[in-house]
Amino acid sequence: MIIRGGIVYDPANGIYGEEMDLFIEGGRIAEEAAGPELDASGLLVMPGGVDAHSHIAGTKVNTGRIMRPDDSRMGTEPRNPVCRPCTGYTVPNCYAIGYRYARMGYTTAFEAATPIINARHTHEELEEIPILDKGALTLFGSNWTVLECVRDKDLAKLAAYVAWGLRASRGYGVKIVNPGGGEAWGFGANVKGLYDTVPNFDVIPAEIIESLAKANEMLGLPHSIHLHFNNLGKPGNYTTAIETLDLLKGVQASRMRQVVHIAHMQFSAYGGTGWKDFESKGPAIADYFNRHSHATMDLGMVLFGPATTMTADGPLEYANSRLLHAKWANCDYELEDSSGVVPLVYGRKMPINAIQWAIGLELALMTKDPWKVIMTTDHPNGAPFVNYPEVIALLMSRPKREEEIATVHELVKSRTALPTLEREMDWTDIAVMTRAGPARILGLEDKGHLGKGADGDVAVYNLRPDEIDPSRDHALVKAALAKARYTIKGGTLVARDGEILSAPPGRTYWVDAGVAEADANRLMADLKDKFDRYYSIQISNYMVQDAYISHPNVIRAGLQVREGEDRSSHALAREA
Amino acid sequence: MTEDVLCTFCGCLCDDLRVEVADGRVQKVRGACRLGASKIMGHDRIKTPMIREDGVLREATYDQACARAAQILLKAKRPVLYGWASTSCEADRKGILLAEEVGGVMDTTATVCHGPSILGIEEKGLAGATLGQVKNRADLIIFWGCNPAEAHPRHALRYSSNACGRFTPEGRSGRKVMVVDVRETRSAKNADKFLRLIPGTDYEVISAMRMILGGKADVVPETVAGLPKTQLVETVEIMKNARFGVIFFGLGMTHSRGRYKNVDNALSLVAELNAFTKFVVMAMRGHYNVAGIGQVMACASGYPMSVDYSRGAPYFNPGETTICDLLNRKEADAALVIAADPASNFPRSTVEALAEVPVIQIDPFENPTTLLADVVIPSAIAGVEAEGTAYRMDGMCLRLRKLVDSEFPSDEAILQRIIDNVRRLRA
Amino acid sequence: MISGRTLNQGASTEAKMGLAFGEETSTCALSEDDLSVMGLSGGGNVLIASPFGREVLRIRADKGLPSGMVFIPMGPWANSLVGPDTYGCGMPNYKGVEVEVTPTKEPVKNIRELFAALQRI
Repeated sequence: MIIRGGIVYDPANGIYGEEMDLFIEGGRIAEEAAGPELDASGLLVMPGGVDAHSHIAGTKVNTGRIMRPDDSRMGTEPRNPVCRPCTGYTVPNCYAIGYRYARMGYTTAFEAATPIINARHTHEELEEIPILDKGALTLFGSNWTVLECVRDKDLAKLAAYVAWGLRASRGYGVKIVNPGGGEAWGFGANVKGLYDTVPNFDVIPAEIIESLAKANEMLGLPHSIHLHFNNLGKPGNYTTAIETLDLLKGVQASRMRQVVHIAHMQFSAYGGTGWKDFESKGPAIADYFNRHSHATMDLGMVLFGPATTMTADGPLEYANSRLLHAKWANCDYELEDSSGVVPLVYGRKMPINAIQWAIGLELALMTKDPWKVIMTTDHPNGAPFVNYPEVIALLMSRPKREEEIATVHELVKSRTALPTLEREMDWTDIAVMTRAGPARILGLEDKGHLGKGADGDVAVYNLRPDEIDPSRDHALVKAALAKARYTIKGGTLVARDGEILSAPPGRTYWVDAGVAEADANRLMADLKDKFDRYYSIQISNYMVQDAYISHPNVIRAGLQVREGEDRSSHALAREA
Repeated sequence: MTEDVLCTFCGCLCDDLRVEVADGRVQKVRGACRLGASKIMGHDRIKTPMIREDGVLREATYDQACARAAQILLKAKRPVLYGWASTSCEADRKGILLAEEVGGVMDTTATVCHGPSILGIEEKGLAGATLGQVKNRADLIIFWGCNPAEAHPRHALRYSSNACGRFTPEGRSGRKVMVVDVRETRSAKNADKFLRLIPGTDYEVISAMRMILGGKADVVPETVAGLPKTQLVETVEIMKNARFGVIFFGLGMTHSRGRYKNVDNALSLVAELNAFTKFVVMAMRGHYNVAGIGQVMACASGYPMSVDYSRGAPYFNPGETTICDLLNRKEADAALVIAADPASNFPRSTVEALAEVPVIQIDPFENPTTLLADVVIPSAIAGVEAEGTAYRMDGMCLRLRKLVDSEFPSDEAILQRIIDNVRRLRA
Repeated sequence: MISGRTLNQGASTEAKMGLAFGEETSTCALSEDDLSVMGLSGGGNVLIASPFGREVLRIRADKGLPSGMVFIPMGPWANSLVGPDTYGCGMPNYKGVEVEVTPTKEPVKNIRELFAALQRI
């Protein structure tokens, strides 16, 4: 396939709006190719979008569907010769997820959190999502084995457990959510901060986070730890964020990347002491990210309208449900973690929601380096992913922001810095924040860029970057990003002008990390004991079997990677 | 000896059975309860596919039976595809595809079992946990409207009353077990406390408990549904003072007057108990994969049961798209029944309505539905003769093993053949 | 009338055309008091009638039942007494059905006889 004459943004390779042809051969970007030609003359061209944090598959997602038939009634689309039927808005069915991401020009999406014990369910659902390449991050922040290794200061055994847990769950990376809190919630309690002892286990969240970060780097995993802070959602929690980030300053990264990626930063950038004096600490957080280079974040932007909150932060969801008088689903996973689901609606005249909305934008606009910031809405917690074009239009257009600010609660003016922010992002920034950045942050070497050998995932949008002004023409920007002119996945044209033309299956990425046999043996002795005494499932039935990953893409790490091996297959250009 | 075999009977989905296989057959099973052992040891099977001609079922080939099934489904305007709870998720997914292609209604046995629980969850959500959480933490276990001694025999030992765990090393003696029911069942005989309800009064009793819990005991009358208020006050105190309480509920709630309102109320009670202590709630799912068909349907359509595809897009409206209602109102004009026995389990007049439409049955075993069927297709037994996926009552997803080869095709394979025939006939 | 699961019914649920299932699901349980009032303390059959149907079942005693309640294992005999109405939620009324129970000398059908009226001609 040949894509002719597009205006290409490929920041990872130092290309910022050059007119060029792209060639895809054998599913990969090549120097030349035969095959059908797509006319992209003058149109915006970027790598396929990469969503590094979204809730798209597994028990809590499906619980959201089951408890929200009201949501399933929104967004109903009948079947057609190519597409299975679709339903849902904040909790779309599996087919809708694939088609709707593809329509927007996204080609990769990662499930933000799966417990190990029910990762099979996560993969059952991932298998049903068409088109996208995908993976899942595995929860480690409250597992009994983790807490005990941390308590015993046994990093080698912890690393062995992480490797084993990734294999058992066919997971891609280490996810940590309200560390220690998932265990405390087992008896209805929570941890109040980094230095609060986890009941019955004699460890503190600070130790859990540090140890997992070190284990992650010992294994040389492609992604860093992916962290959802303690105290998420609480007024004044920005101090927890900064304390936690400081904790990890000294950890040595094993690859050219961050040491910690922060999930949905917006929900942890709050000031004030309660809801009455609630205010944004977006500027303080952005300032921290500007002065440090060991951390990255994704926004977790809130948009007005319906959403469904779903997270492994069980106590948070319980609190949400009481606050909002909303229906509440909870699931605690034995020996591992917790989770909760609560539907809600963000209102523009609701002062807290208006401030939350502003914070997401502040974080993006005030963090100088777009490589540190991934654009997300923590789908579906902040807003459904189909609304990404709205976020992008806001980031690129001050006039649009001003129009919106005029309609939201006036506290946005006094409690946030948003009205003062003049920065308008350009296409390079957007390409970094939705493609090149997330790919690098996740450690996906063949994604998010258009260099030779990269996966042939390309998005062509129906707008002319050389002719339009995104600041003034923000409505055009939003409309064009909602329906890509062409979405190409692995060299196959899957979508055109909003119509799905083809729905091939995608691949599931997971990490297979090796550790020393002695450590693995010590771990297995411990695990066998846990399965004998505590688990309600036999260990031989616990691991996710091959049958659940029909198109695997396995990344090796740990001892299975030869020492000194260059993990990047090409130089990644970086704009200072 | 094959170890760690999954049992394919009830929603406990025990995965610690030991099965001896020899000469291509299951010889012995260890560790199963009577229900599971009975299933795995096997029964007489339907030997060949059959098609009814002149009122009599006559032998046919799989090709003929699948072709005939496809014809029936295509000819119907609103066929209903029902059952699904005792087969694998892989078969369930084929069923959904088939329903989409023929514009039928997918419904599951939950419709006459825990369907009301699903409706309750749609109203209130569900504060849940995996069974291992109960085993390791629960010091108060309440069985409300269920009789695990007869329906989930190993539940108490593996997961609840008698299980030992990290924070429950004493097992049964460290716990309080309560049974709430309209009659003293075998489960009640093994409880510390038995609360007898007048049939159809679950809703009032739960409402009174919620009032008491909410500090409004003075508004509650001296007797509620025949129970003295003092007894209710005492029960609520026990619940509040638990370290970790759980309510397991069953068909006593879903089948009785109030249906999903009973469940709604129970879910609300548990949510409110969480203000005082840790409390969870769980539906005692009857079949080993009824939770699975619910999960698979929710993922594929957005709804866990009763999904009408006749307009090309999923439409869900219990009371309208539920199979008993479709049959009663004569809105279903054909039925495919798989891994279920509606002739035994539906009200008589609903069965009479089923008898009036063409019925396709896919099942290893003969049952009263076979007496009504126009096409009968014998299948392999999932979990014994075919691999696949199943979901336990608490939502845990596990893989069924294949223990022996079989001359019978799996449900999954049969459904695929019917889909192939549907496509061929359409083209 | 309350219908529900029993071990015997479950253990024979894959062999429904065999004797065990038929026997289990055509046997109803009553309290000893109620049996005594009807003169059936030594055993026998009863005719159970609801607004929706009537069937003959054999009896057994169950000490756990209160007076005025008859328990039938889930199955086609119980469902002969259950009405079709789902009250708009899809679920028929399997428990709490008002029935009249009278002793009878009529025999209990077997499962094929029970379904004879429904069998296709």
